[in-house]
Amino acid sequence: MAINGSTLATLKRGQRGVIRAINSADPQVQRLMVLGLVEGTEVEHASSAIGGDPMEFRLFGCGISLRLEHARHFKVAPVGAGD
Amino acid sequence: MTSSAEIRVPADEITVAKRIDASIAVVGNPNSGKSTLFNRLTGLKQRIGNYPGVTVEKHIGLLKTDDKVVELVDLPGTHSLSAHSLEEQIAVDVIFGRMAGTKTPDGVLAVLDATNLYQGLFLVQQLVELELPTVVALTMNDAAEKSGIQVDTAELSALLGVPVYPVVATTGAGLDMLRHALAGIIELTPPRRVRIWPQLTAAAERLAQDSRAPLRFAELERLLIDGPTASNQLIVGKLSDVARSQIEAVRAELFEDEPPIARDARIRYTWVREVLGKVQKSAPVYVTWRSKVTDFLNRPVPGTIGLFFVMAIVFQAVFAWATPVMDAIDAASSSLSGVVFERLGDTAFSSLIADGIIAGVGSVVVFLPQILILFLFIILLEDSGYLARAAYLMDRLMRSVGLSGQSIIPMISSFACAVPGIMATRVIPNRRDRIATIMAAPFMTCSARLPVYALLIAAFVPATKVGFLNLQGLVLMGLYLFGIVMGILTALIMRKTALRGPKPPFALMLPEFRRPNLQTVAIQLLGRAKVFLKRAGTVIFAVAVVVWSLAYFPRADDLPADLDPNTASALQMEQSWLGRAGKVVEPVFEPLGWDWRVSSAVIASFPAREVVIAVLGTVYAVGDDADEGTLSGRLKSATRPDGSKVFTLPMVIGLLIFYACCLQCAATLAIIRRETNSWRWPIFAWTYMTTIGYIGALLAFQLGSA
Ligand SMILES: Nc1nc2c(ncn2[C@@H]2O[C@H](COP(=O)(O)OP(=O)(O)OP(=O)(O)O)[C@@H](O)[C@H]2O)c(=O)[nH]1
Ligand SMILES: [Mg+2]
Repeated sequence: MAINGSTLATLKRGQRGVIRAINSADPQVQRLMVLGLVEGTEVEHASSAIGGDPMEFRLFGCGISLRLEHARHFKVAPVGAGD
Repeated sequence: MTSSAEIRVPADEITVAKRIDASIAVVGNPNSGKSTLFNRLTGLKQRIGNYPGVTVEKHIGLLKTDDKVVELVDLPGTHSLSAHSLEEQIAVDVIFGRMAGTKTPDGVLAVLDATNLYQGLFLVQQLVELELPTVVALTMNDAAEKSGIQVDTAELSALLGVPVYPVVATTGAGLDMLRHALAGIIELTPPRRVRIWPQLTAAAERLAQDSRAPLRFAELERLLIDGPTASNQLIVGKLSDVARSQIEAVRAELFEDEPPIARDARIRYTWVREVLGKVQKSAPVYVTWRSKVTDFLNRPVPGTIGLFFVMAIVFQAVFAWATPVMDAIDAASSSLSGVVFERLGDTAFSSLIADGIIAGVGSVVVFLPQILILFLFIILLEDSGYLARAAYLMDRLMRSVGLSGQSIIPMISSFACAVPGIMATRVIPNRRDRIATIMAAPFMTCSARLPVYALLIAAFVPATKVGFLNLQGLVLMGLYLFGIVMGILTALIMRKTALRGPKPPFALMLPEFRRPNLQTVAIQLLGRAKVFLKRAGTVIFAVAVVVWSLAYFPRADDLPADLDPNTASALQMEQSWLGRAGKVVEPVFEPLGWDWRVSSAVIASFPAREVVIAVLGTVYAVGDDADEGTLSGRLKSATRPDGSKVFTLPMVIGLLIFYACCLQCAATLAIIRRETNSWRWPIFAWTYMTTIGYIGALLAFQLGSA
């Protein structure tokens, strides 16, 4: 899959990806960056709530939940296929 | 004022007050184990106070070694020194010495969770820049080892420039070394300046030169990142005019068109990743505590069903498990009353003891088991990390009413008590969102409503089985649901009117499920029991005595001696002060089907709703024989002068609705006042909730009796 099209929102459950670019204009997205979602960090899509929103991601042992609308601002390079 | 008498005070009596060698702030990420460590280090002998102006409990404890006494201050968790919510703001304000009534700490105990070094180091790196003597406690080492994480503490210490002590707060391993280091913290040299972002450091140094007073380097860095805001006005004030006018230019040059917070996060986390690579040798990238249970709960539909299942179990348990203990307390208090009359005879004094104090206070204390079970569940849910998952699962639903998943935690806490629930709203970053949650919280069925519900349900709902559930338990659950619906509707209406605004933000940390620490749970539970019993021993005791005397006096002297005891007590009650007052307000509550006894009990319970039981216990006990049984029995047989029953089903339903809605709690009003900083919201909440309660009870009674 092309890097351009993949975002945190398109990762499948159990799939991992490395964050490549962030559209950081939204203060909400900036907050997520303070929590560690920055370029170069590898994350795994751990779970989602009913309807696929919000989503739970794991990075370096911590879990963060974010909404679909914010997950879209994080472009990722997927690693592996997920389940 | 110095007299020779003062000098003769024994030395060991004044040490505690006078000789504190240093004040140390305990800082770390949320959930990193600060409070557990704090409790260990201070031997649980802490002073709990309040920061002036904000309703935040201030936990201060003393750590004593052979020759030193240092003071530890436990703070709310934060992720960064740029505060994002009120709770983080409090931590940051204390660290920078901006909190009124507290001075800048002399040192910092940085708590670093070994299983979450990534976010932990992001904060610790900022703490190092405070240039205060700092000691790092690396906690949760047991959990880290289990997941295969090994931390090179010597390397970490070298990279940070501060000592690092590995500990396990839950078992106490490694604490001696840490204690020793903390006692001598002021002798430590503050860490040297690390230049991980040289441009920012240089800009802050330039500003420091242009200041009129010595300024903390870390604060200037934060000023540059956050921009001049209300919280750093103090710093801006100390800068020269030239420097002040330059701030914006410096910021523009530093950040160009990238948001400062984003730039800060990018640079510091890059550094954190480098450090992690050096200190976390044999670590798996993903540390997960996986089991069939978590895997199951991680799937959307089972997770959501599981949440409702957990809540249903809690409410069933509250009713089912507590019954035997409650029956025992009830029996004990009625036999105690009997003994009092037997020993002291039928005098005013024995009536005060038996009908006033034992019946009044006893009828409330009897609910202690239920309340403890409820608190136990809430503490367990919170400590195991499940509440955060509930917030995550419920976010979608909460969003549809204009709130976010974060509002779920205060609301669930409000099932125990609205006061801590409302205090828990401090984690909600958005003000409108926070106030809407505060308005919804008092509708959640708190532990003071529980006794009222329990009494009325036990008396008037048959204990028949519906499937495998008990009808009484179901009605109770219905009342809880009613409270939830009312609360959510309220929030929805508020968000559409007075608190209209953009969608609330949402970013939530989801901790791993953890086995709750028994000691932590026990401490919290005991604290809750103490608060409840203290209330029963003070407020409710006082109300019981006052109500008893209002019902006992003035005595009806001219009653014929051969009158049967029930008629005599009815006549006495009717011409007592309480009876007269009840009669005055009766017309207001007449349309709800309440007689003057119920009306006076409701009026007396406006400061604290559970008082209604004490008052009913008293007004239905005065003059009665002890053998008439429990309060619910007496309520069932209560009649009006014309012989009709007072407690009909529509009237009881109305009464339940009234208690479900009405804001009869002085403590909640006070906390809303303090948390919103205005009288507007508590007055609004009280009026709104009382009106709804009255209308609800009116409809239930009138429609039900028609
Ligand atoms: N395994 C393990 N668990 C710990 C340790 N220290 C704390 N915990 C657990 O971690 C959880 C959080 O601990 P707290 O002390 O409440 O954390 P805190 O940092 O005060 O949290 P906030 O005040 O919410 O920011 C509790 O369930 C503790 O029992 C430890 O050394 N090992
Ligand atoms: Mg704590």
